[in-house]
Amino acid sequence: MSDIDLHRRTFLKTSLGAAAVAIAPGMLLFDTAHGKPQPASGKVRWGMLIDTTQCKSGCDDCVAACNRENGLSGATGATDSQWIRKVEIKDVSSGRELSLPMMCQHCEHPPCVDVCPTTASFRRADGIVLVDKHRCIGCRYCMMACPYKARSFVHEPLHDQNPDVPRGKGTVEACTLCVHRIDQGLQPACAEACPNQAILFGDLNDTDSEISKKIRSVASVQVRANLGLNTGIRYQGL
Amino acid sequence: MKLFASLLLCLCIPAWAAGTNAPKPDIGKGGQCVEDVQWMRKNHMHLLKHQRDEALRKGARDEKLSLKNCIECHASTKDDSVIARDDSFCVACHRYEAVKIDCFECHSGTRKSAWLQRNAK
Repeated sequence: MSDIDLHRRTFLKTSLGAAAVAIAPGMLLFDTAHGKPQPASGKVRWGMLIDTTQCKSGCDDCVAACNRENGLSGATGATDSQWIRKVEIKDVSSGRELSLPMMCQHCEHPPCVDVCPTTASFRRADGIVLVDKHRCIGCRYCMMACPYKARSFVHEPLHDQNPDVPRGKGTVEACTLCVHRIDQGLQPACAEACPNQAILFGDLNDTDSEISKKIRSVASVQVRANLGLNTGIRYQGL
Repeated sequence: MKLFASLLLCLCIPAWAAGTNAPKPDIGKGGQCVEDVQWMRKNHMHLLKHQRDEALRKGARDEKLSLKNCIECHASTKDDSVIARDDSFCVACHRYEAVKIDCFECHSGTRKSAWLQRNAK
């Protein structure tokens, strides 16, 4: 019983808080640096526009930043996790070479979510595709379903994880779009680390956001657009 | 009456025994921010389980109820951890009650500030 009362109490508290915010517009005193008690909004769709013309071959600053932020080893072992990787492509007929980062594309219709038998793989309201490791049984169907090879399985016990990024043996993991940073109002580590600002992060649903404006004005593509997954990560100059 | 008395005695013995060798966890900085001690002893797992789904699946991060925030105050002042020693905050009672927790197979049992200090590049 006390459990139910508590939920009621927290609900009332949050409603009171929301009411206080509503009657005092412009006086938003929430400290957003520590995450918000409000759930992620379905009106937002987080995404990235990656300018491949600005992405330098041989540079892996985004990969290093991701590894540092999320406590990944940097794929030194044969089975170590990899959330983002640099891909070098070459058009054999013209000889044109390109370099680009490849990671979870945060699809609107993610195949990994479709196949997950325990609903561990899910899409958050704001478009971020995540693994709920409390439910993941490590079957790795999602890894096989993903057309982008974006997911990794943790084979070995881990120690000393980042308190903001829980990771553990026996579960599948992938790029979280640095969800812990987004919830603090920061941008993903890779976008921040890119020396050429080749990764533009923002809200695809907000017509006034920098990313939306750029997508309206320059040609961008989704990788494997033919699959109709409507990815959140877009590439320019591909 | 005799039966009642012996029953009472039986009930008293475990209570007395528990009082003597009950776990004495290192509560770290301690303090009360959610509910009183007795309530938390009984219900902390419900809060944590509720909070984990809210935070992960909905993105509603109520900082006060987050595991990270518990660790922030309850990690030992000696080693900044809730799981490092036999009398660490989580370990002491869970070992006594023989309830295995697997939170820390994925989650860090260390205070964030201490982790940052250790992993400063």
